[in-house]
Amino acid sequence: MILGYAGKFLEIDLSDGTFKDVRFDEALLKDYVGGRGLAAKILCDRLIGEWEELDPLGPNNILLFLPGPLTGFFPGGRICVSGKSPQSNGVVGSTVGGEFGVELRCAGYDGVIVTGQAKKPVYVFIKDSDVEIRNASHIWGKNGKETNTLLNKECRRLLSERYPRYGEWKEPATLYIGPAGENRVRTAVVLAKWTHAAGYGGYGAVMGSKKLKAIAVKGTGPLPEVADLRKVKRLINAVNANAYENVLWRRWGTGGGGYSFAANTSSEPIRNWQEEWHNERSYGVDQFENRVWVKQSWSDFGCPTNCMKIAFVKSGKFKGAITDNPDYELQAYLGPNLGLFTPEENVFMSSLIDDLGLCGIQTGNVLGFAAELFQRGILSKKDLDGTELKWGDAEAFANLAKKIALREGVGDLLAEGTYRAALKIGKMKGKDVLRYAVQSKGIGIGAHGIRSGKDFSTDIGYACSVQCGDHTSITDLAEDGSVGEVWGIFNDSAVICNFNGFGLRRNFKFDFYNAVTGLDLTREAWGKGGGLKTLQIQRALLLLGGPDLKWDPRVHDDNPSRFYEPLPSGPYKGKTVDRASVRESVQKYYEEAGWDENGVPKSEILKKLGLRNVDQVLRKLRKQPAEA
Amino acid sequence: MLVPGADFPHLCAQCEDYPCVEACPFKALSVSRRTSAVLVNDKKCTGCGKCIEACPGRIPHMHPANKKIVICDLCSGNPQCVKVCQEGGWNVLKTVTRREHPYGLYARKPEEQTRDLAVKLYGEKAEEFI
Repeated sequence: MILGYAGKFLEIDLSDGTFKDVRFDEALLKDYVGGRGLAAKILCDRLIGEWEELDPLGPNNILLFLPGPLTGFFPGGRICVSGKSPQSNGVVGSTVGGEFGVELRCAGYDGVIVTGQAKKPVYVFIKDSDVEIRNASHIWGKNGKETNTLLNKECRRLLSERYPRYGEWKEPATLYIGPAGENRVRTAVVLAKWTHAAGYGGYGAVMGSKKLKAIAVKGTGPLPEVADLRKVKRLINAVNANAYENVLWRRWGTGGGGYSFAANTSSEPIRNWQEEWHNERSYGVDQFENRVWVKQSWSDFGCPTNCMKIAFVKSGKFKGAITDNPDYELQAYLGPNLGLFTPEENVFMSSLIDDLGLCGIQTGNVLGFAAELFQRGILSKKDLDGTELKWGDAEAFANLAKKIALREGVGDLLAEGTYRAALKIGKMKGKDVLRYAVQSKGIGIGAHGIRSGKDFSTDIGYACSVQCGDHTSITDLAEDGSVGEVWGIFNDSAVICNFNGFGLRRNFKFDFYNAVTGLDLTREAWGKGGGLKTLQIQRALLLLGGPDLKWDPRVHDDNPSRFYEPLPSGPYKGKTVDRASVRESVQKYYEEAGWDENGVPKSEILKKLGLRNVDQVLRKLRKQPAEA
Repeated sequence: MLVPGADFPHLCAQCEDYPCVEACPFKALSVSRRTSAVLVNDKKCTGCGKCIEACPGRIPHMHPANKKIVICDLCSGNPQCVKVCQEGGWNVLKTVTRREHPYGLYARKPEEQTRDLAVKLYGEKAEEFI
């Protein structure tokens, strides 16, 4: 028997308000583990036949909230949110920190599968095996912080009414959306607490399309039984001890990045990636630490790193704004990318983005894109509803972000995300504006540029990733011939925190998985088995695309044009990536991944992996490759 | 935490006057001579919850499976929470010698404690979240 699982999944049909327990074969769990892998498999099995016509924001999309067998054991709890992505039309495994996965497993579930579409706004409240679909009309329209407060109060009241002798309940763990998700903004996130978000993929919009405002869960049982408890405890201590050594990481989290990824590695987006280097001392981590961090040790349950901080602006124009660090991605995208270089402006923007339920990365990307079009005179003040969208004007960007979340005026256009907005603006203006869209297959590039060659990102990392612009799932040509992305797939499937695994030997996670499950999975076996299967499924579904957009690998397995422009400033001035060598690496990557010269997974590989259904559906792509 | 950032352990404050022990109709609670912590006798505890009502902070917790009250017993004088907190370098928890202090002041309900901490962090802005 495979251990480490609660044993059942909760499936909720919002169309008719029913729910049931579902179970998956052990063989399937062994292959796909949980989280991202299992999500890809479930979506593929249920939807591949209709994938091309399936609207991610329609009632037939399936929304998944899946922890993995290591959730709750491997220090630092996360959960994977997935479904058909309204950004890429593929599948993205988007993980978010917090206690949701742990509470869910303690409630006896290995995941929640949501189908259908509610008629009126609802939220789901799970207390162990008691599941309720509740009216959420009174929470619909509320911003992030208000939603969090209302749900905490309501759920705690329900618990104390129902269990009057139990004393005080710790609030349930909650995943929810803000106004952006409700309005089906493609850059909307699934939020936890105030500042945590599953961003990539745009699943906030999917929740909104289903009229699902939130899921709250309280589990009072233990975590599932593990195979070797003593070993699991030992490995937990090893993760902790390793994390404790990382002194600066604990002190700053990724909050040192806003300065160092620009000043040291020239890989930070600045004014929509027109530059990647700055040396603004006003943006140093010391400025964040001294001026806005009111709490420096803050973490989710069980995390030894406490990379989060609480930032609060106590004086000046932006007084009252609260968020976390912000972490590096938000520092970059809601800072220098918009021409903002002070902690106060950055915290103000991040706080607002959280409240609206928008993705800091994707929204920072589209705001920067719009500002560059304004800079170049392509979008006028009139196009922007009277806003002069100048670099460094935090209030102008904030107003536009609000319009995006509410889909008001020009916000409705930008709510489609950078790529779709670029297509529309291009038509409107009769100009190619895609060259200013710094994205890959519908997903804005994470804040780690490739031109300097000094960051962890790689030349083909975004071009070939099945999660496109996602910086947490970039890929590479690995020296050992493995497909680089499969290792990230493991993290997102066992559902562990990438950061808490830094510095551990590379087999460590597999040892941990085996101690929990009682299996004997090796790193190599994952690379050739479950990891590769997940990759092929994600690739296949990405290529099948959706009703509004499809991808042609010959065109779209590429970097954004901007990355072929030489860096204009800094110590790596003049550096860029070479288009021809990228093409070559992409072809080499296709071979290693088992894809044909057009980037479509090969029939024999799929058959060998037992993915016959995928192979059959892909036949049409092989026969008639889309026109370049 | 009810307000993010305003986290705190909702655990026994080691009151000097033991209202929970007084309130137990079944004499299931007693005071450890060695550590002065409250000890729960599971055999006598009926899970009636009177101790929760008696505690100014409503701190005793009902175990969800066996329906017996759980109160911090200071791990017989070697509190494990202190140990891991020190190992992790947070240094928030320390073991101290018991003195004549009004420890009971720390027995607060979650909402009260949250309000205080949130106001400390966020000033008047905290009112929006409580």
